[in-house]
Order: sequence, then structure tokens, then C-alpha cells
Amino acid sequence: MSKHTFSIGGVHPHDNKISRECALQQLPIAPAVYIGVSQHIGAPSVPCVAVGDKVKVGQVIAEPGGFVGAFIHSSVSGTVKSIAPRADLAGRSTTHIEIAVEGDEWLEGIDTSDTLVTAIPEDAKTIVEKIRLGGVVGLGGATFPTHVKLSPPPGSKCERVIINGCECEPYLTSDFRTLLEKGEQVVVGAALLQKAMGGVPCTIAIEENKPEAIAHIREVIAKLGYKDMDVMVMKMMYPQGGEKQLIDAVMHRQVGSGALPISVGAVVQNVATALAVYEAVQKNKPIIDNSVTVTGECFPKQANLIVRVGTPLQYIIDYLGGIPADAVKIISGGPMMGRAVANLQAATVKGTGALLFLTEKQTRRAPETNCIRCGKCADACPMGLEPFLLNKLSKAADWEACEANAAQDCIECGCCLYSCPAHIPLLDNIRVGKGFVLSAIRARAKK
Amino acid sequence: MSKLLVSPSPHIHSKDSTRSLMLDVVIALIPAVICSVVFYGWQELLVLGVSVASCVLLEWAITKYMLKAPSTIGDLSAVITGILLALNVPYTTPWWVIFIGAVVAIGVAKMTFGGIGQNIWNPALVGRVFLLVSFPTYMTTWSAPKGLFGADAVSGATPLGAIQEGLMQGSTVQELTAAYDYKDLLFANLGGSAGEVCALALLAGFVYLCCRKVIKPWITLSILCTVAVTSLIFWGINPARFTDPLFNLLTGGLILGACFMATDYVTSPMSVKGGIVFGIGIGFLTMMIRYFGSYPEGVSFAILIMNSVVPLLNMWFKQKKFGRK
Amino acid sequence: MNVLIWTIAVVTVLGLVLALVLYLVAQRFKVEEDPRIDEVEKAMPGANCGGCGFAGCRAFAEAAVKAPNLDNNYCPVGGNDTMAKVAAILGYEVKAKAPMVAVVRCNGNCEARPKVNEYDGYASCYVKSLLYTGDTGCSFGCLGCGDCVNACQFGALSMDPVTGLPVVDQEKCTACGACVKACPKRIIELRPKGPRGMRMYVSCVNKDKGPVAKKACANACIGCGICAKTCTHEAITVEGNVAYIDPAKCKLCRECEAMCPTGAIHGVNFPKPLDKEAIKERIKIRQQKAKEAANV
Repeated sequence: MSKHTFSIGGVHPHDNKISRECALQQLPIAPAVYIGVSQHIGAPSVPCVAVGDKVKVGQVIAEPGGFVGAFIHSSVSGTVKSIAPRADLAGRSTTHIEIAVEGDEWLEGIDTSDTLVTAIPEDAKTIVEKIRLGGVVGLGGATFPTHVKLSPPPGSKCERVIINGCECEPYLTSDFRTLLEKGEQVVVGAALLQKAMGGVPCTIAIEENKPEAIAHIREVIAKLGYKDMDVMVMKMMYPQGGEKQLIDAVMHRQVGSGALPISVGAVVQNVATALAVYEAVQKNKPIIDNSVTVTGECFPKQANLIVRVGTPLQYIIDYLGGIPADAVKIISGGPMMGRAVANLQAATVKGTGALLFLTEKQTRRAPETNCIRCGKCADACPMGLEPFLLNKLSKAADWEACEANAAQDCIECGCCLYSCPAHIPLLDNIRVGKGFVLSAIRARAKK
Repeated sequence: MSKLLVSPSPHIHSKDSTRSLMLDVVIALIPAVICSVVFYGWQELLVLGVSVASCVLLEWAITKYMLKAPSTIGDLSAVITGILLALNVPYTTPWWVIFIGAVVAIGVAKMTFGGIGQNIWNPALVGRVFLLVSFPTYMTTWSAPKGLFGADAVSGATPLGAIQEGLMQGSTVQELTAAYDYKDLLFANLGGSAGEVCALALLAGFVYLCCRKVIKPWITLSILCTVAVTSLIFWGINPARFTDPLFNLLTGGLILGACFMATDYVTSPMSVKGGIVFGIGIGFLTMMIRYFGSYPEGVSFAILIMNSVVPLLNMWFKQKKFGRK
Repeated sequence: MNVLIWTIAVVTVLGLVLALVLYLVAQRFKVEEDPRIDEVEKAMPGANCGGCGFAGCRAFAEAAVKAPNLDNNYCPVGGNDTMAKVAAILGYEVKAKAPMVAVVRCNGNCEARPKVNEYDGYASCYVKSLLYTGDTGCSFGCLGCGDCVNACQFGALSMDPVTGLPVVDQEKCTACGACVKACPKRIIELRPKGPRGMRMYVSCVNKDKGPVAKKACANACIGCGICAKTCTHEAITVEGNVAYIDPAKCKLCRECEAMCPTGAIHGVNFPKPLDKEAIKERIKIRQQKAKEAANV
């Protein structure tokens, strides 16, 4: 079996998929949910309900604040208690809509049955519109509104839809479970995306450490008789699931600096997004829940939960028996790119994919020592950058040199810091440089 | 549970640390160290002991009393400098000469620049070259190996030294190399500094380093290839004046230099392309010094010269950036 | 002997020839410059700190010589003395400005503002602020990594290990504004030094509502407005749940400081310690009189 991978850099962290045998299970609905209005990249949504309103599951509670924006739906039924600033997991205040839960009453028109609907709408526009109305955003982490991605700018043409089932981050298993348990829906979702992009071929990319999923999806494709769809087995390598890396691996085309994947004819969607597309188009069910892996060696009750959007993290953790004594860090997402949780009262958002518990020994940073110029960071960088150099330039606040050395191309995958034997906080500093370079580029574009 | 820890991603780290990498290099040097002790006897053990102890002590003293900084001896880089320095001098070298070499290596070549990672030249080589220039008598009086329990040493020249001397006296290369069995060179049976003596032990260490992914083989391979090609050309032109490739590959500490000194992280280029150019430079300079220079042996000088241009190589040879021309 | 003479001769001739070449080249490529630029630059403090808004002292001098007046060119480091010299060179008028000093508007020391989590990344306020709101409950306060200390070229800032907050050495501070720019939380403000260094300021920028702010930090300004009501000079405004004292209007009566329930208002360099009770009594009497006057 030939395995595909991207051409530059990459690292091999142990994949630690310890929760791979845990089947998806529904988390009981929390007594109150807090749904943020800024769950995606782009303009925050505008609340369209008032305090005291009764809402049902799937009802629109906030409308997009611009073209790059998304609908937000109530994930529960109940009464709107407040629309007020609330701290997110980093402690930053954003507007949240608080809903006190009463029962579980769904909006009419949403198909809650398990039957697989394979009849695909004929018109691409209908599909994209339904995706927009369903509030679907990229669930691989970036939370970019999906309907925007599916509306390529004039002059660009999509040649292939890639479904990203790599799940290259260690520990995470929610996509794997989704592929195994909801493979049919994912495949139909992929077919919908194909249709939306004008009937282009589709590749479902899955890393080699998920052989069950690979076999299952192949079976499903054969069963449903989709011709233009194949499964590609990817090498186990981080960041295989990075958008640019995946396109390089699948299509052997490199997306240029600052360019979008569509510039090389690719549209990449995550497995969870494909499922959300299926549900939005075929079942009229907007994104009101998502699957969250709760894991970590120190966490005894690992699980893959289906969680309603807006559930406080503390509620999920309490349901699974609380924070273990030796856990010192909780990460929302994977260990390479996830965000450390500073506020357990924060609520989940559409893009929340995992809660990971790490111990002192696993995660505490070692003290920084001198750079020994080993070049491991440059070898690891999947963008072919020189992290050691960017680190220095960024510390010296030389933004022009940062730009000349392509700091803006950094995808923040963390390979450099992961591999540095001197424990230099390379990525911490490169992020600063990248931020300044990007704002300089934006300022120039405005002129 | 105490307070939550919050930090930017990534939240996990590979097992590599400066110390673990250096430890791998020390492990890779063990076969060569064992070989040299077996071939040269207890005196070699003394040389090694003095060299390592003085390097580590000097680094400790300099960080503690002069820099007033936390000690860096824990990263084991001083141990490597010590071992390499010891493998680069004859086992008959008096302890005080070795100590002076350590002072130059650690004090001048390493700590003056700011310690590990900051030096421009390989510290052990700077120490070695300083000794070679300052104490030529001790550094060029080589003794044939006598074994762990062997008889008294017989003074003599290294193969390369002997050939240069012979050439000056009008002999041809064929006559001179006839005296050497290449198998002896491979298995260490000739006079030379300790590290030159067993090519196989050194190569074993090199393979270990490559397997552990501590170093990449490109620098070493490009040095060896360049030496082979250059000497093949010259030897082909005039076998009476120039030594043959195999002889050049196996003598004069080329393997020690190519495997352990040129591949030093700090003083070698970062990119593969840069490394290959760096290796070609070392190989070519080595052969030029051997054939036309007044020193019979050129690896140390060649590496030091190429060390000086590493910043330039780092600037010129960068790896291709993703999605850019 | 011959060799020696030859050597000396060759070196001498070589030196002379090269000197001539250098001279000719220097003449050929000479750049005509206003000599006053050099003079102005000499009068500058020479710190090249950028506090004036120009890249360095030379850039300032070039700009000052070109400018029609000195209204937009002021060296905060050199202050009025330097500017008087510059004005004399250029024949301009210069308006004297009150000397300024950097003021840290955060009072959340370790005791008042306990840590609620632990930061384990690169020790830079900027990096920390990109990641989250900080390791205390207050999302507006000092992050304590010392970006301001690193930015200061004059050694005027230092971190107090006890409070975890930066301290300004007012003798060394030149009000160049580097720390103001370096602070991602915008806590540091340049304020007039005040007569004999006496000045009042609100040492908090927390815009949260009172109870939230109070919960995060015992020393926070809770936006209660007592200070604004007390002030008889209309120097205090409360905007976005935080008070601000206008230094131009403040008369240094210290009444606000005495009345502040959380101790967020600071007065520094006053010769006598604050006698809260006496001031409160004074305010009470005044308010009573005002009431009586209103009743009459």
C-alpha cells in the first residue's frame, strides 16, 4: 500500500490514540448553555433573540454579521436568560447568549431519525445555501465559514474536494469514531460537497494509523456506488492534516504564500464538517452539537462525547468524574495546536474538538538553554522556514526581516518548538513576528 | 489539583534535549575510546582522563567565577570536547600540554564566544591546532601503538608524515606506501594520534549517530567523497608524486574529522545543501594541504577554515520554502 | 640596511598615495548638508531612544532644521533645556512643556490580585497577551513579564519582586514613552511630574463592572464615582467603570484619595502622609454648609 505525505519537514510525535475504542456517546444536556456569538473566523454574529424569549433546538438565535459570518442556532430548548459578555477559555469577554434548558424540543422540519438520506439535491446553489443556513463552519480547528469556502472567487476553479480524515494531532479520536460510526453520513456529505463544487472528484485522506476507518469508508463508498470518490492512505506524520500539507500530499501542488487552497484547485473539508454538511442539507439539522474527545493518560474515563454547543467545560469534566489530581493542564484541542484552558466556566464552541488532560511531566516546559544550531527546527518546519532565525528577528523586532524570511507563512503547527533540544520558545516569538508582518501586509493592501 | 497551567501551543515536547544529543555523541565515541585504550595502553587512559577532566572543570570554573551564570557542564558538550581533544593528540603528550590545549579549547574557543552554541570554530580542533603550532615536538613525535600490555613504544612518524618526509628525500609514493598494509589502517595498527588509529570503531560511532538521527550523514559523506575524487584525479595524473585515494581516506584522522568534528552542530551549516558544500570545501582543502602544504595532515585546518564560512553558507544555502520559488 | 630603507620608503609612498586617493574620493562624493544639523544633533541627549517620534537624534535634528517651527518637534528626554538650545541654534521660539514622567496605572499586587492560573510560556507580556488575559482574575491589569523594563533604555523601570509590578524611578525616567508603547495592556501613561513631583492618579484601568473588578482585585477602581462627586475642581471623570484624573485640572487636594473605598487613587511625593480622617471631616463640614446654603 503506497502511503502519501507532504514534501517538507514534519515530526513524529507518539499518536497516543488511547480513546480510540470509546464509542461516541451523547452527553446529557447541561442545565444552562452559553452560546457565544463569535464561534468562527470573520465578523461576530448578531443576536436576534431577546431576553425572555422561548427557543427550540435548531432555532436561529444569531445572524451573520457579514459575508464571512455564520448563523448560530440554539443547541437546546428553553428560555433566553441573558445576552451578556462572558469570558471564553482564554478569559476574554465576548457576548454569549445564555439559555436555561427546559426539555428538549426540536424545531419542526429537522429530521432527527437515523435513516440515511442519499438523494442529493440537483442544484449546487441549494446545497451551498442550506450549508449557509445550517451555520456550518470548518470543524477542523480554523472554524472558517464553509459556505464561503464553497463559493470560489471568480476565475478560480475547483478540481478536487479533499475530505481531511488525517486527525494527525496526537490523542484526538473524534474524527476516527465519526468515520467508523457515521461513515455513511460522512461519505454522503462528501458527495454533497462534490456536487456543490460542480461534480469534481473527491479524495478522503485518512492516516495509516486508522486501518479500521480506511476499510470501513472504502466499503461504504463501494456500497453507495460513488465512482469519483476514493480513499487515500496517508503516512503517519504531523502535520499531515494541515490544509496546505494535505493538498501537497494528495495533489502534489503547493499553495503559495498568502494564497487560498482554491488557487491550486483544491477545497479541503474536515470529516466532522462533511458530517455537518450532510446533516444540514439532508436532515435540515444545523450545527447544534459536535463530537469532543475527552482524553489524557491521567484521565481515567476517556470518552468521545457528542456535546451540545455552549456546554460549560466544567459540566463535561464533572460528568466524567472531575479533574484528575495529577492533571495540571487542560487543552481544548490537540497537544500540538490546541489552546490551554484558563477558564473552566468557558463554554464549548462549534470548533471544540477535544479536551485533553496533561500532567506536569508531560507538559511543563524545560528551561531555555543556548541554541546549539542543530537545525532540527528547520528540518521539522513543514513550511520550509528557519524558526531559529525568525525567533531572533522577532525578538529584535525586525519586522521587515521577518517578512523577508516568510514569518507570515508560519502555520503555527508547533513542530519547531516540539523538536528544539534547547527548549527555545521559538513559536511563541514567531507568532509575534507573524502578527506584525500580517498587519503590515494588510496595511499595505489598504493603501 | 493546583492552579491550571496555561501556555502557548505546542503543549508536548520531543524527548530530545541538548544533553541527550550530546550523550549520544559520547556513546558514539566509546568504541573509538576503547580501541585507543586497547592499542595504546594506560597512558592513553591518562590522556583521556586529563583532557575530559580539565575541559569540564574549566567550563565549570569559567561559568561560575567569570560569567557568574548557571553552570552548563550538565549538557555534556565539554565532555565531548575533552574526548575529541584527547583523541587528537599522541598518547605520549605530557598532561600539562593537554591542560593547555583544554584551556585554549574551552577558555578561548568556546567560552569567550558565549559558551555552547556561540562558538565559531570547533573548540577541540582549535585546542589541537594551538598545540600543534606551539608544541610541535610533542605533537609530531608519534609512537607506534604498543597495546594495553605491550612493550615500550617505538618512536616513528605517522603514515602521512613518513610519506611527506620520504617524498622530500626523493622516494616515490609507490615505494613509500608499500610499507603499509591497508588492513592495518582500517583496524588501527599504525602510529598516529589516538583517534586516527581505528577507522572501523569511528565509523561504527558514525553509523550509530546517523541511526539515532543525531546527525545527518551528508556532511561526512561529502567530505569522504571529495577526498576520494580529488585524490583519484591527482593520483591518476601522477601516482609517483601523489598518494592513492584509499590511503588518503584511511589516514590522518580524516575519518575522525569527517564523522565527529565537521558534523559538530554549532560549527556546521544547517541545511543539507549547505552541509554538502561545506563537506566539499573540507575535502578539497584537506587534499590541497596534504599534497601541497608543509603540514603532512590537513583535516584540522580544512575544518577550521570551513567553520569560518559557515555563516555565509547558512545565508546562501537555504532550504526551499513551501509554495515559494 | 638596504632592505630597511626600501621598506620604509615603500610604506611611506604607499601611505601617501592611499591618503591622496582617500582625500580625492571624499571630495568627489561629499554630501552637502546644512551645518546646523550637526549643531542640533550635538545639543541632543544622544540616547537615540525615539521618544520624539523620529528614528534617532540625527533624524530629529534633520526634521527640526527643515521644519518651519518647533511645534511638532519636542525632545522629551532633554526637556526644556535641550529645546532652548535647539531653538537658539535655529532661531525659533519654543514653548516650554511641563516635564513628564511615566506612571504605572495598575495597583494589583500579588496580595490584592491573587493568581488564578500559572503561565508557562516565553516571559513576554506581548506573547502572554496574545494567548490570554493573564494569570490573574483581572483581564486589564499588569501581566508582570516586564516588557516595559526591557523597553526602557534609561534603567528607569524595574520589577518589584514583592508586588510583581513595575516601578518607575522618577529621577531616571525621561518620559520617552518607550514603555507606553511596549505595554500591551496600555497601563503606563505619561503624566506631568507636578510641582515638586507631587501628582495624583488613578492606579487602575479595569473597565469591568464594580463587583467583577473587586472580585478580581482588592485594589481595583470599581467606578463608584465617589471621587468624582467629591472633587471640587471637576478634575475627575468616570468612564467605562474607571475613574480618570485630569492632571491639568487637579489641584492636589487629596480629597479623592481619602474617599476612595479601594485605595485605587494614589498621591505621590507629598511631604505629609495622608490624614484621611481630617480630610473626611473637612468634606463633611463643607457638604453640610452647602446643604444649609441650599436650604436657605
